[in-house]
Amino acid sequence: MRRSAIARNLLAFYVTVYVAILYFPVLLLPVFSFNSSATPKLPLTGFSFKWYESLATNSTMHSAAWNSLIVGISAAVLSTILGICAARAMTRYRFRGKGIATGLIMAPLVLPEIIIAISLLVVLLGLGLELSLMTVILGHLLICVPYSITVLVSGFEGFDPNMEAASRDLGETAWGTLTRITLPMLMPSIISSLLVTFTISLDEFILAFFLSGTEPTLPVYIWGQLRFAAKLPNVLALGSIMIAASLVMLTAAEIIRRRAEKKMGTGRQAEAQ
Amino acid sequence: MKFQGTLGDTHQDGKAGGQGRTAPPTIQAALRTETGKGWLTISPPLLYAFLLLIGPILVIFANSFWTQDYLTIDRTFTLANYKAALSEPIYRDLLLRSLQVSVSVSIVTVVLAFPVAWFVSFRGGRYKGLWLFIITVPFWSGYLLRILSWKVILGYNGVINTGLLHLGIISEPLDTLLYNTTAVIITLAHSWAAFAILPLFVSLEKIDRTLLEAAADLGDGPVRRFMRITLPLAMPGIIAALMIVMIPTVGDYVTPKLVGGKDGVMIANAIQVQFGKAANWPLGAALAVSTMVIVAVVSGAMVLLLLGFRRLMK
Repeated sequence: MRRSAIARNLLAFYVTVYVAILYFPVLLLPVFSFNSSATPKLPLTGFSFKWYESLATNSTMHSAAWNSLIVGISAAVLSTILGICAARAMTRYRFRGKGIATGLIMAPLVLPEIIIAISLLVVLLGLGLELSLMTVILGHLLICVPYSITVLVSGFEGFDPNMEAASRDLGETAWGTLTRITLPMLMPSIISSLLVTFTISLDEFILAFFLSGTEPTLPVYIWGQLRFAAKLPNVLALGSIMIAASLVMLTAAEIIRRRAEKKMGTGRQAEAQ
Repeated sequence: MKFQGTLGDTHQDGKAGGQGRTAPPTIQAALRTETGKGWLTISPPLLYAFLLLIGPILVIFANSFWTQDYLTIDRTFTLANYKAALSEPIYRDLLLRSLQVSVSVSIVTVVLAFPVAWFVSFRGGRYKGLWLFIITVPFWSGYLLRILSWKVILGYNGVINTGLLHLGIISEPLDTLLYNTTAVIITLAHSWAAFAILPLFVSLEKIDRTLLEAAADLGDGPVRRFMRITLPLAMPGIIAALMIVMIPTVGDYVTPKLVGGKDGVMIANAIQVQFGKAANWPLGAALAVSTMVIVAVVSGAMVLLLLGFRRLMK
């Protein structure tokens, strides 16, 4: 009994240390972004907003942020639409070849991004397209769709297909069923998917680096700034803002998803009684 | 989505697909079967994957057999690019190092993540979802930023060195922390932790807890129970976690570039040069294809090894 108690405490300690190490690098950037020293080293020299203040007047950064916003919103909306199709097919129908089809769509999750990036680069240039934000969006869609699917599949699993059948039987049109039953029921998952895919696009670097041409997104802009040691504190400030934005969006996505899940759960319990 | 209207008669019933064989072979009839509806619904994302992923990868594959002739590409079949990719010492070394790094990273990540996944699955109780969320959050904080952070931590004037100097533990900065393969492995293992924990957690969740109780009742101690039940049953998750970490990391570009230094360069850096400055697409394509084939072979070998190991355990 005593030995197992020790083992249990040891494991809890290990997990605590593990999680602390996971967070350490992420929390370090914000700490140094408020440090007055121009190089990130210990001990900290003093609290300062100056690195954030200089970001406010940096117009190159602003246009990169604008680019990221355009790419992120487009990638989020389009990948969620494609994700809805895939998630619906995966949860509502059984058909031969489903495994292969799903595997192909999900493949970008496990392929090295550089392979996806160079393949797209060669084809897009071969087709005579200029590199632009459009080509970045095309690339981001590939990696956003699998994440969108994982979020949406649980949404489709959470609601009863008979509701759609009932709506049809009561004389609603196909479009009416879609807009009045399916989409409202899926709304929490759709919002979750939009937030998650926007975050992925916002943080994505490799595809944007290869496909962005002369209009950098924020990570590509940061990459360019890394050559100048003097710019590091500004980069840390910008990075901290991006981390904060990602965390807010993902926490929101998680809360929305969970609340919807809870609601469905209680609905089902009520049904059972 | 337009075909919503016909949903009423679609119940998840394997037999529905069979109707396709008896219906008249018109396109409309084919689309009304469950198989037809399934394919139709999945077709937009599938078409997208074909046009922008499978197609381009095939183009890269074709490119690898061609030759760069100044600004144009000579489309006569040749294996010269593969010969260069596999025999020139620089590429051979980069390929081997990338493989060594990705195999090490996947093993380190999975070994370190396993106890955490076990903890969440067996001790998480009501808070499993919250635990998974907490563990995956750092992963969302941006790939580039996380690597940059490790550079700040491990650098010559970085957090570890200046921290230890300040505390008086060392008298001059350690220069062995950054710009080597170890730094690359640490950074990648950190970046991919969440990817390893999720499949491990899923496979541990699937283990029937009564098996463990039965083994305990029959007198097996905790170690024996773990080795004979938990570990073999978690094997699919372990394999998935290893693959999901190993395959993408073999082609990582940013980590070697930022924390790898001269000794940490990996194959992706060479591939990027061929598609950028050196402008030799076919050679770059051959390097990319070789990397994928080699990592696929190594993954296959690893899976066989682990499955054999599982058989021994049982």
